[in-house]
Amino acid sequence: MKDENVIVCRCSDVTLKELKDLIDEGYHTFEEIKRLTRIGMGPCQGKTCGQIVLRELSRATGKPITELDFQTNRPPIVGVKLDLIAEEAKKDD
Amino acid sequence: MTKTADVVIIGAGISGCSIAYNLAKKGVKNVVVIDRSYVSSGSTGRCGAGVRMQWGTETNCKLAKQSIEFYENANEILEYNRDVTFYQGGYLLLATTDKEMDQFKKNVKLQNSLDIPSRMVSIEEAKEIVPHLNTDELLGAAFCQKDGFLDPFLTTDAYYKAAKRLGVEFMTYTEVTGIKREGNKITEVMTNKGSIITGTLVNAAGGYSKNVCEMVGIDLPVYSERHQILVTEPIEHVQGPMVMSFSKNIYCQQNPKGPFIMGRGDDREPRDLRITSSWEFLEEMAKTVTSILPPVGNLRVIRQWAGLYNITPDKQPVYGTAEGLDNFYLAVGFSGHGFMFGPLTGIVIAEMITKSKPTIDVSLLGIDRFEKGNLILEPSVV
Repeated sequence: MKDENVIVCRCSDVTLKELKDLIDEGYHTFEEIKRLTRIGMGPCQGKTCGQIVLRELSRATGKPITELDFQTNRPPIVGVKLDLIAEEAKKDD
Repeated sequence: MTKTADVVIIGAGISGCSIAYNLAKKGVKNVVVIDRSYVSSGSTGRCGAGVRMQWGTETNCKLAKQSIEFYENANEILEYNRDVTFYQGGYLLLATTDKEMDQFKKNVKLQNSLDIPSRMVSIEEAKEIVPHLNTDELLGAAFCQKDGFLDPFLTTDAYYKAAKRLGVEFMTYTEVTGIKREGNKITEVMTNKGSIITGTLVNAAGGYSKNVCEMVGIDLPVYSERHQILVTEPIEHVQGPMVMSFSKNIYCQQNPKGPFIMGRGDDREPRDLRITSSWEFLEEMAKTVTSILPPVGNLRVIRQWAGLYNITPDKQPVYGTAEGLDNFYLAVGFSGHGFMFGPLTGIVIAEMITKSKPTIDVSLLGIDRFEKGNLILEPSVV
């Protein structure tokens, strides 16, 4: 299968080719790749794409995955509707 | 290891990258940009991704207008291999008090005199522009179609790559540890990766601008303050403009790629360098957005983060040399709008350094204005 037909990030429709191009251009951290492609910024927050990106980075740089940094984990842990948050917050007012 | 440079720039956000690009374009060789992390890792990459011409002071209007006109053609000018993703869906500024109505009318008059195509719109028109807007408390609004969304990462990357092609050296993941001065000159910048002897130094350090000035014994009248943002899951395109209210303390726009992004300020925020996320913000943001744009309440928030505003007493940037130091330039204190002024920041600072004729008169934005008391307060900041 061609790299341009392999989706590595389902949330933001990023292909393996786009990822490999960035690595070739010298972007060698998850944080940089995330910002230029939106990988890890969608509803899965990197839970699906994270490992795939790290594996490609590991292949390209020769560093084991354990030595590569993942992105900063940010709240909330799962998506929550704004209506629900507002409703709960109003109870404290 | 010691090396030499003609110009060293501290900070690889939009300001630093734009200054580097403009210097290189003017033929300055040996420009080095230093950043403690990666390109756009600080305030630029954490900003709300909005750009607007609708400002309340003449200088801010001019800087914003010319910057946006640059952004309209940024992909071509910077020969970028990706897309900076500029979407001019406009900014709709809500007036919910008489004071705001008066201020907006004054602003629109000033903006129109500077060829900015903003206008006052009625409640009905506002509702046509944003059909899901709650107009209960609305008195009127100001609108400018030229304003909109611009991707901060891709835009800064475009400048970074263009600067690199022109020979600028970037030292990322490099921390400045000290600055040497002799008399009225900066002579050397020390980093954890060696020293650089330099002819000129530029402080474009965003949230850390004060810390850089402290290294040369200058007390900069700015402070940094956390501002938080959240983003929702993406949906189909339903909202054209950024919706913003100063009195309700909210800005909210839809990224053309789908998610809604929104933020607000907090008066009680301590003045420090923290960029953590708080649940108070999440709650207040949720309450505000669901009252002003009710259907947005149905979207899931998937991530929140924070960045630093670097704030001056009049909410306008500082451009120019620091007092008593001829070769130390400041591009600091953007007060939450450094990203949108990026192109002009690069042009005016590069013109100052190369002693060329200024595109725009920014003499009112010198650091001496604070001592002289010549403050022109920008009234339109969230």
